[in-house]
Amino acid sequence: MSGARDGEACYRLRGVVRVVSPTFELRIGELDVPRGQVFALLGPTGSGKSTLLRMLAGLESPTAGQLLAGGQPLYDGGNSALGRAATLVFQRPLPIRGSVRTNVEYGLRVRRERDSARRVNQVLAGLRLDRIAAQSAGSLSGGQLQLVALARALVVHPEVLLLDEPSAHLDPAHVALVEEAVLADQRERGTTVIWATHNLFQARRVADHVALVLDGQVIENGPKPAFFDDPRDARTRDFIAGKMVY
Amino acid sequence: MRDWADITIRSLLVSGSATILAALIGIPAGAWLGLMGRGVRLWVRPVVFSLMAMPPVVMGLALYLLLSHSGPLGRLEWLYSVRAMILAQTLLALPFVIGVTMQGIAAVPGELAQQLRSLGANAAQVRWAILREAYPAMGLAVAAALGRSLSEVGAVLMVGGSIAGSTDVLTTAIYQETRSGNFGIALALGAILLVLAWSANLAVAVWQREPAT
Repeated sequence: MSGARDGEACYRLRGVVRVVSPTFELRIGELDVPRGQVFALLGPTGSGKSTLLRMLAGLESPTAGQLLAGGQPLYDGGNSALGRAATLVFQRPLPIRGSVRTNVEYGLRVRRERDSARRVNQVLAGLRLDRIAAQSAGSLSGGQLQLVALARALVVHPEVLLLDEPSAHLDPAHVALVEEAVLADQRERGTTVIWATHNLFQARRVADHVALVLDGQVIENGPKPAFFDDPRDARTRDFIAGKMVY
Repeated sequence: MRDWADITIRSLLVSGSATILAALIGIPAGAWLGLMGRGVRLWVRPVVFSLMAMPPVVMGLALYLLLSHSGPLGRLEWLYSVRAMILAQTLLALPFVIGVTMQGIAAVPGELAQQLRSLGANAAQVRWAILREAYPAMGLAVAAALGRSLSEVGAVLMVGGSIAGSTDVLTTAIYQETRSGNFGIALALGAILLVLAWSANLAVAVWQREPAT
């Protein structure tokens, strides 16, 4: 992905279909994800945001269609480079056995990266996890686990950071902490961030670009001002107005 | 008069050796099966679980026929030896080690593999991480194998013969003392057996304890 040309979309999806179950499929006609921006995938629970993120992370392949990452097909029989360029923070993070620190340094260890202690300490401090760094990850609350999951993703300095409701189990102060940490990292390193959220207000706060996902389809997407101030689709207008559109 | 220390040491030697052998064979086998797909486990699991329920006397009978002078392994001259007893207990403990290890690995959430891959782990690193997650199950497998070996009497009696000073172990000695009406001695031997089982399981528990950091 790092070899992609400037101005090129980070991801380009054309006619992508992913059959999830006999009753649900993700179907995206056309979608470009701009590079180096925060792209919010807005939509209710069960709309297909997580499925889309797993495909973009290279963890699940589309049933049909073309998915390009940095101009290259994402599924060409195993694109291992992408696996290390994009990192997905799952909605329900699963820790490995060991301490918070062990979990946070995992990605650096498997990549055999140097200078890991300094980076781990920085990320731990940034997310206020330094005080519980020695604590067993198995003893953490759901909210603390989400912070650890974000920390272990940020520490590997991904080119693309995929976030699946990363603040769903957090109180407002920690939501602010997460948003601050992700946006600071994005500004500093120019990371492409794709942030799935059902929270309209969060999308307004963090995004440069917004897409509305309803019932497995991208209804509308565009730069934040246009999306919120001048939506083209009636369902987008209703969603923004807080009406039930699903 | 029996040498109780000698019997106790022999019990530990037979059951300990059988447990180590069963762990050396069973943990890799159970790990491999656990990492295989659900389809493979669907077929293997009933076989392994059935072997767990095998009566020791049936195993003893099968080994007796194999090791007897006219049997296919008669040339080894293992019948009524400590080696035959270790072999019997290893075969009895093996399904426990394989089954518990396999189930422990299968119980690790499948999504963990995706999460680790997303952090940059390759297939081998993911498999290693899953095995580490199943570490407590492996400890449990070893404890179950040890329990099975220490408490087993039928197979070691058939292939060992409980020859005084040579192949008698705590369980067979309890059996013989009870038959002779020496209930006090039998109870004392039972107490030794319980203490051994408790100590061994405590050691396994300490060994597999998760570090604080």
